[in-house]
Formats: sequence, C-alpha cells, structure tokens
Amino acid sequence: MRHVISLLIENESGALSRVSGLFSARGYNIESLTVAPTEDASMSRMTIVTSGSDEIVEQITKQLNKLVEVVKVVDISESAHIERELLLIKVRATGKDREEMKRMSEIFRGRIIDVTDSTYVIEMTGNQQKLDSFVGAIDRALILETVRSGVTGIGRGDRILKI
Amino acid sequence: MVLTGAEILIKCLQEEKVEYVFGYPGGAVLFLYDELFKQEQIRHVLVRHEQAAVHAADAYSRSTEQVGVALVTSGPGATNAVTGIATAFCDSIPMVIISGQVPTGAIGQDAFQEVDTVGITRPCVKHNFLVKDVRDLASTIKKAFYLARTGRPGPVLVDIPKDVSNTKCAFEYPKTIEMRSYNPVVKGHQGQIKKALQLLLEAKRPMIYTGGGVVLGNAAEQLTKLTRMLGFPITNTLMGLGGYPASDRQYLGMPGMHGTYEANMSMQYSDVLIAIGARFDDRVIGDPSHFASEPRKIIHIDIDPSSISKRVKVDVPIVGNIADVLDEMIKLLEANPARPDPEALGVWWKQVEEWRRRDCMKYRNSDEIIKPQYVIQKLWEVTDGDAFITSDVGQHQMWAAQYYRFDKPRRWLNSGGLGTMGVGLPYAMGAQLAHPGSPVACVTGEASIQMNIQELSTCRQFRLPIKICNLNNRYLGMVRQWQEMFHGGRYSESYMDSLPDFAKLAESYGHVGLRVDKPGDVEGALREAFKRKNDLVFLDFQVDQTENVYPMVQGGKGLTEMILSAEDL
Ligand SMILES: Cc1ncc(C[n+]2csc(CCOP(=O)(O)OP(=O)(O)O)c2C)c(N)n1
Repeated sequence: MRHVISLLIENESGALSRVSGLFSARGYNIESLTVAPTEDASMSRMTIVTSGSDEIVEQITKQLNKLVEVVKVVDISESAHIERELLLIKVRATGKDREEMKRMSEIFRGRIIDVTDSTYVIEMTGNQQKLDSFVGAIDRALILETVRSGVTGIGRGDRILKI
Repeated sequence: MVLTGAEILIKCLQEEKVEYVFGYPGGAVLFLYDELFKQEQIRHVLVRHEQAAVHAADAYSRSTEQVGVALVTSGPGATNAVTGIATAFCDSIPMVIISGQVPTGAIGQDAFQEVDTVGITRPCVKHNFLVKDVRDLASTIKKAFYLARTGRPGPVLVDIPKDVSNTKCAFEYPKTIEMRSYNPVVKGHQGQIKKALQLLLEAKRPMIYTGGGVVLGNAAEQLTKLTRMLGFPITNTLMGLGGYPASDRQYLGMPGMHGTYEANMSMQYSDVLIAIGARFDDRVIGDPSHFASEPRKIIHIDIDPSSISKRVKVDVPIVGNIADVLDEMIKLLEANPARPDPEALGVWWKQVEEWRRRDCMKYRNSDEIIKPQYVIQKLWEVTDGDAFITSDVGQHQMWAAQYYRFDKPRRWLNSGGLGTMGVGLPYAMGAQLAHPGSPVACVTGEASIQMNIQELSTCRQFRLPIKICNLNNRYLGMVRQWQEMFHGGRYSESYMDSLPDFAKLAESYGHVGLRVDKPGDVEGALREAFKRKNDLVFLDFQVDQTENVYPMVQGGKGLTEMILSAEDL
C-alpha cells in the first residue's frame, strides 16, 4: 500500500541524512522525498511517499518519531488530503507538433513557461496520476527532458500538522 | 565567565559529575587533554586502544547506571571507537563520546586525520552532534547527557573541531534543557495498565518474560515484587539476567537459543505472556511465525514504542518507564483483592515443574578434563554469586549466562545485541573502576581475549585486580560448534593456532598468571585468585575442546525445537 508521510523536522544539517539513512538501513522503500523550510525557518517539512504493509508503515512512523530531530510525524494518506507535484517538461515543438503540444498542455492545465523556435518548457502541477497521464499522452519521441519535484501533501480541512 | 572551548568541555563534564573519562589523546584533542591535565576532579583512564575506551566507559555505565564518557581523537581515534559505540547502541547503554575533529576551516578538505565522524557513527548512535561554534558547546554537552540517559538510553557522540576547543566564549552551564523534537513518554497509559492487569488476573498459563529494559530502567525491585505477588513463572533474557533473582523458585532460567527447556516451553505454551523491557529478539523467540502459531495474548511494556509490535503482534502495548508502570500495577493489585485462579495456576506450575525436571542444564562432568560449565559453577560458588561478571562472546559467554546465577541486576556485563568479541577485559576495567572493592571476573575465551589483550597494560597502570577466567579450548568454540552441527564438521578457520602462554603473557605485564589443567585444581585456583585482592590474576583453564553449548535452538527454527544434548543430534 502506498502511503504519504508528512513530518516536521528541525532544520539542521544532517537531519535529511538521518531520515534517508533510516530508510536505507531498514530496507524501507522511498518513492519520493521532498523537503523545504516552513514559515518558521528553524523547521523543515518533509513529505515522503513510501509503500509497505500496515506493519511496515507503522514501524516507519515509529522509527521516524524516534529520530531526535523529528518533531512530528503523520501519515496524511490515512485521511482526506491533497497531493501535488510539480512537473517541468521540455518538449520538441516544431511544425504541426507545436500546435498539438500547446493544445495538450492546455487540456491538462499546464503553462508554457519557456519558448524557443523548436522547444517549449511546460510547467504543470497536479497529483501523480495526472502528471503521469500527461507524460503518457504526449508523443514520447518529443520529450527532451523531464523533471519532477516529488509529491508534497497537506491534510484537508482542519487537519493541521503544526507544533 | 569567558572560557576556551576546552575549558568549557571540562567544566560541563564536572557539572555532570563525571568521575572517569576513558580515552586516548591525539592531535585534534590536545587542547582538551591540556585542560584535563590542569584539574583533578575528573580522572582520565588511558587505555591502549580506543575501542577499549568506549567499552570500558560502557561497562562503567552498565554497572552503575551513570552515563559513561569516552574521549578520542579525530580520524583513526574515532574509527577505532566505532565498534565500541555500536556495541553500546545495540544494548541501549547511556554514554557520551567526545571525538576531536579537524579545525572547522579544514573540514571537507580531506585534511590529515579527517573522517566524517558524524556520518560514520550516525546509524549506531542515539544521536550525534558536530559543534561548529563554541557558543553551542555547553548546550550541546547538556543535550548529549540528557539524550543519553532519558527515554530509551543510548550513546550520543559530540564531535568537536580543534579550533572550537581553543576559541573563547562566555560560559554558563544550562540548568535545564527543552527540546521540542524530543519528548520521551514516561508515564504508561492508565487504561492500558488496567487492561493488562485484568488479562494477567484471568490468565490460566501466565508467563513473565523480561529483558535488558528492566535492568536499565532500574526496575528489578518492582519486578521482583510484582512477580511474587502474582506467583507466575518468570524468565530473564541474556540482557535481563539479574532482573529477577535467579536462585528463586519462580525463575525458570534464560529463554532462547541457549535457554532452558522450561523457559522456552513456558514462553511458547503460555496463554498470557507479559514482556517487560524485552524485544522478542530472533535469538530469544526463534522463528516468529512458529512462535505466533500458538494462540496467546501478549502484553508488552517498553519505553520505546518502536519496539512494540515490531517482530510479534502485541495485544496490550504499554509505552512508558518500566519502573513507573510496574509501580502502578503493584498499586492497583494491592488495592484489588482479586488474584489469579489458584487452581489453574497450580495446574500450570505442575506442567512447568515437569518441564524443569528434564534438567536440561545437566552435563557430564569429568575427573580427567576440565568442563567449562564446571569452571563457571565453581566461580559462582567461590564468589558467593555476588561478583561482577563480564564476558566476551562465544560458548563461554553462554556458559557464564547459564551457570552463574545472578541474583542482582547490573552484575552481568556482556555484549548481547552486537555480540562483540573483545568486550570482556575492557568491561571488567570499567566495572572494577566503578566498584573498587568488589570482585570482578572476566569470563573469556582464548580468541576473544586476544581482541583487546593490550588492555592488560591499562590494568597494570591502574592496578585493577580483575580475575580473568580464560576458558581455553583452542578453538573459536562457538564457530566450531556450528560447523560441527551444521557444516559437516568442516572446521574452516576455527582452530586457534600459535597461542601464547597466557600465564607468562600476563606475568610480562606485571600480573599473576596461572595455568590450570586438572578439574581437581579448578576450585583451588579460583580461591587463590580471589584471595589476591590486589592482583590481576589470569587463570588459563585448559578446557574440553569438544564441549558444546546446550540446549540449542538452531537459527530460524521454532523456540520449542530444542536440541537438549549431544544425544539429540
Ligand atoms: C568481533 C567479532 N568477530 C567475530 C565474531 C564471530 N564469533 C562469535 S563467537 C566466536 C568464537 C569465539 O571464540 P572464543 O573467544 O575462543 O570463545 P569460545 O566460543 O571458544 O568460548 C566468533 C569468531 C564475533 N562475535 N565478534
């Protein structure tokens, strides 16, 4: 089962390697990991997408909680939540492909943020499936480069992760 | 007060009431050593290898419940310390390790004796710090001691660059510490405690299984009281020995791979099992699915939530400080007239006694050749069961655990989690320094002792009257045993050739050495050794080379699939 774990962690050098080291040392999966400081610069928020049985995910949360620099951990995928990921994709845009690419980008609510004679850079946000479908929908031969931020997420309504 | 980093460190250690620092100097810690030189409150013990410094500090902690402190230089000093740190980590021993580091400006430049100490030790510490600014030093040391001793204890490393130890700043030792990211649970959940007690009172085949957490959490007294009130059978793991008096009738011996028949059977066939400060280790329950195949309710008390439901599913988890939780249980039980059904308990005890009558610990003694078990039995007799016993790792460790009956906690010092050969002698050093007047014996093998034999020199310098009981079988005995049982008797690299004359070796360090060849001489030699109150005595017992440790549960097998003796093979 796929899980999205959010955590608050002291913004200190080495904190990230404690988290990633924990996953590799105990053989847990990491599908993606994103991290950046919060509005309080002394603290970072991390989103980890992982998968495993219920027992394993329970251990993951407990082990994360055990890290001295981790302030709070929640499995946001346990209840209503929103996930977003940013995709930047550079595509070949020449001839008839140029118009087609623009149209596809619009359908998926992307934005063209860089234009040359022969290329576009399209910016798109959404959940993982949406970005996957966009990448799947355009002609693979036209993709020059893709970069994805990894998933970030937040609970819906009054579910708040804060200290 | 404006002080240098080095002065600050020493002041902090004094504030923490540190009695001994075990260490070894080098370039990156010269300022620290200079300050140690100028004061008298803290005593420094110069070991002969950094691994031993950490082990000795670890043993100091195990035998006293204080935080052990070790001090090493950068680079090789730190890497030599890693085995010691990992050993302490695996057994949750509260320690602070101070390592020197190259100056902050040189970090990352591949400087002489630079290693990423924080990176190397990260997976085997509770936490670690690199102090880049002298203004953070005092609060970091405060945090290090706080982290080491609270929650589930463990080693904490503080890496101090050389320039930080020589830079000045205002010093004030923080009185308290607050960490928003670290708030260990101490009080057990009242509702869960009540639920657990209810289960215990309704149990028909109850069993108490306790581990190192009882010893580390100073809960032996509470455990003993509760166990007696309930009248249940109890077992202590290798790390938990002494948590409950081994000479008591309710005690069934150690469980697990080399545990007793009665302890393993009672664990397996109990209907309510209460685990206290124990973690269902693979060496204790064997194959977890075989263990789970018998239906039973499990109560688990532990300070560390991640220990609960890690290897077996638990029905009633209680996270909290063990001593407090047990106190609470005792209080509830005292207020409640209900007691376990005496009839059911009687039937259960009858069964347990029947298992006990198998007498799985018996061995065939000999008049010709010294049996290792016999040496431990005599050691127990000669010391009235009241010595500090350290061991190394191997067959001798298991025999010591099986045949020396520990009635008190913190008397048995061994590497349970990591299984580090070489801990025995440095552990004895730490224990002897912490308990100067008490008998301390190191049970070891001719292979293990050679992993830190250089410490005989430290023992001489500090006049440590340790009694070393070398069960010399000329083999990596535990390896040989597995090869005999599971690898067709192909003794690949397990014979210990070219051994020194240990008695003479000890003498060359200025100690007393005795070689013992005959069973009839064992007791006399032990008595002679313990009579010499001021001497380290190295007793080199020439023991049966072919003796194996029984009972045995083969790795990966079920807990009750025991080989009880050679005849079972
Ligand atoms: C540092 C280290 N290396 C290797 C091992 C694997 N090992 C476990 S027991 C053992 C043999 C120990 O021999 P000895 O000290 O003579 O004790 P005996 O088993 O003969 O009593 C070995 C090599 C270990 N536990 N620790």
